[in-house]
Amino acid sequence: MPLFDLRNANAAYKGATVLNGISLSIEAGERVALVGRSGAGKSTLLRMLYEQRAKEAALLPQELGLVRVLSVFHNIYMGQLNRHSAWYNFVNLVRPMEREVEMVRTIADRLGLVEKLFAPAGELSGGQQQRTAVGRALNQGSDILIGDEPVSAVDEHQSRNVLESINEHHDTVLLAMHDIDLAITYTDRIVGLRDGAIVMDQPTAGMVFSDLDDLYRN
Amino acid sequence: MVRTSLTFVAIAIACLFLADLETIGVDPWAEFSRMALGAVTPDFTATDRLFDAVVQTLAFALLGVALANLFGFALALAFHYRIVRVGCAFIRAIHELFWALIFLQIFGLSPLTGILAIAIPYAGIIAKVYSEILEEADPAPARAAPFGSGAISIFLFARLPDAWVHFKHYSMYRLECGLRSSAVLGFVGLPTLGFHLDSAFKQGHYSEVSALLILFYVIIATMRYWMHKRLLPVYLIGALIALPTGAAISTTNIVRFFTQDIVPHPLRVAESIDGAALANFWDWSTTLLLTQAMPGAFNALVLTMIALVGAGACALVMFPSISPKFFGSKSRTVGHVFLVVMRSTPEYILAYVFLQLWGPSMAPAIIALSLHNGAIIGHLIGRHTETMRSRPDSPKGLNLYGYEILPRIYPQFLAFLFYRWEVILRETAILGILGIPTLGFYIDSAFADIRYDRALVLIILTALLNIAVDALSRRIRTRLRLKTTLDHG
Repeated sequence: MPLFDLRNANAAYKGATVLNGISLSIEAGERVALVGRSGAGKSTLLRMLYEQRAKEAALLPQELGLVRVLSVFHNIYMGQLNRHSAWYNFVNLVRPMEREVEMVRTIADRLGLVEKLFAPAGELSGGQQQRTAVGRALNQGSDILIGDEPVSAVDEHQSRNVLESINEHHDTVLLAMHDIDLAITYTDRIVGLRDGAIVMDQPTAGMVFSDLDDLYRN
Repeated sequence: MVRTSLTFVAIAIACLFLADLETIGVDPWAEFSRMALGAVTPDFTATDRLFDAVVQTLAFALLGVALANLFGFALALAFHYRIVRVGCAFIRAIHELFWALIFLQIFGLSPLTGILAIAIPYAGIIAKVYSEILEEADPAPARAAPFGSGAISIFLFARLPDAWVHFKHYSMYRLECGLRSSAVLGFVGLPTLGFHLDSAFKQGHYSEVSALLILFYVIIATMRYWMHKRLLPVYLIGALIALPTGAAISTTNIVRFFTQDIVPHPLRVAESIDGAALANFWDWSTTLLLTQAMPGAFNALVLTMIALVGAGACALVMFPSISPKFFGSKSRTVGHVFLVVMRSTPEYILAYVFLQLWGPSMAPAIIALSLHNGAIIGHLIGRHTETMRSRPDSPKGLNLYGYEILPRIYPQFLAFLFYRWEVILRETAILGILGIPTLGFYIDSAFADIRYDRALVLIILTALLNIAVDALSRRIRTRLRLKTTLDHG
């Protein structure tokens, strides 16, 4: 049985059709990139897929959802809020425990955030904020990750690093992406959306940049 | 907007004809010159008394505001229940001086009286403001939290931290208000600054008056230097130690207050609730309503309408004195000092001073309320003009005022003014204690005559009047589309 399964799904927003007749099934262990022009319906499709597995999937929304006054440590720690009692969480909010700091530090280190571990998230650059949100998703330790443009604000070198660590931490990965090169390198299946419909669905093996030209042509 | 303003001005002018403005001061200017002399020759030699006044004022304010924060926060979490919203509106519609008068009958001059008098109305205000702050918190972090996180954990991490910063700012502002309230509570007998001010005034020791007031301004002006998170526990424990143990609280007193004193007199003395008792109760109610509540409410409203327009006029005249658009930095300092003094002095104390000069008519109350509230609004507007950009060839002086600045600040100005409306009404009721025949006058007399049943009915009516004006002001603000999220004073 596939992990995600949509049959002829539709979605509308304020009366306008956003998704039209989407059928898509994704097996556990697949790494899928959703590509297409902005407004093609990528975010809506991700949201629908997330709702099918909301209990287990880690979500990386486009607006990041960081708490700006809290430190990088706290924002990454939030990925594990469901693992601990309210009391334990409260203690770590007020005075982070050594054990938790070490665990979060490993993730922050992987994402190049370790110098900023106790800086408020609101004071970081856009790329650093995005990596903090990735850190929170990684820390959930979930098998599935659903990310909406996870590297849009991160530079080329860091993007590769971030996508690698996402692939290390999660078994099944669904990402909306606008960088085709990165999508081809770090996922194994590309789903192309145009005007709310799926117009291509292919494995990335052997694919080159120009294969996607149709998707972006006017 | 212009029409609304003109309507209010017309109402205020009509009210002027209805108001008792007669002054009966024997020789106000001689008294005034003695006060002015005292103001420039402050006398700090009565160190014991001054120290005591300052410590007590701080202690009541700190404990009252701390307690209010605790309860206010808890109530803010339950603010989606209608009963909580209505309850909070009601407890904050009753001025802290009235709360003090009530608790004086229950607990006597115990510290609990002062602490609760501040804590209860402030809890009502804080609950409303904190719930608004929590509502405005960004919902995105909570959505990104992993499934199955407890509601408490999500609240702690995703909602509270953002709100916390605003809570801290607002608490500081509340503490400043608390210091003013605490000082004023001295006028009904608690051992704070007002108590010493009252006796210094009555003995004509104006140099001591100015010393007390200067100390008060210094405490408020330096607040952000001494108020630190880490020192708070020290202050609170210090405050508990500093407060007088006071009279022991008598449980019989408390029980009697609730079971007998506040029961309307005809029902209390009746042997059974029969036709005669109800007829008596009807007489009692109508008499109270016609001879006290109505004239009291009428005077309070007359005074409020005049003072509201007066405050607006004062603000419009005073704000240029601190605005860089009109004056250089040296002359602005004078404006700043004047505005700081006017807005830091509680209106009760201002009115008290003017009453010493002109006797108990509405005139001193109008001047006090206009100056104090005008200074608060003038300060906010003046500050607002600092960030305004104007073109390099813009006119100067009166033309600049009339053609550029005034039209641009006017909506903001009206928003501030309508916020003060309910505050001014609450204050007019309180000024009754000084002898102006508003609701507070009848409430104070009822307490003095040990007719607590009357006092309580009048207090409840005052609260309802405040709630009505608050609702009206909110409707006008919405209709004129004035910004509706601001600090409540």
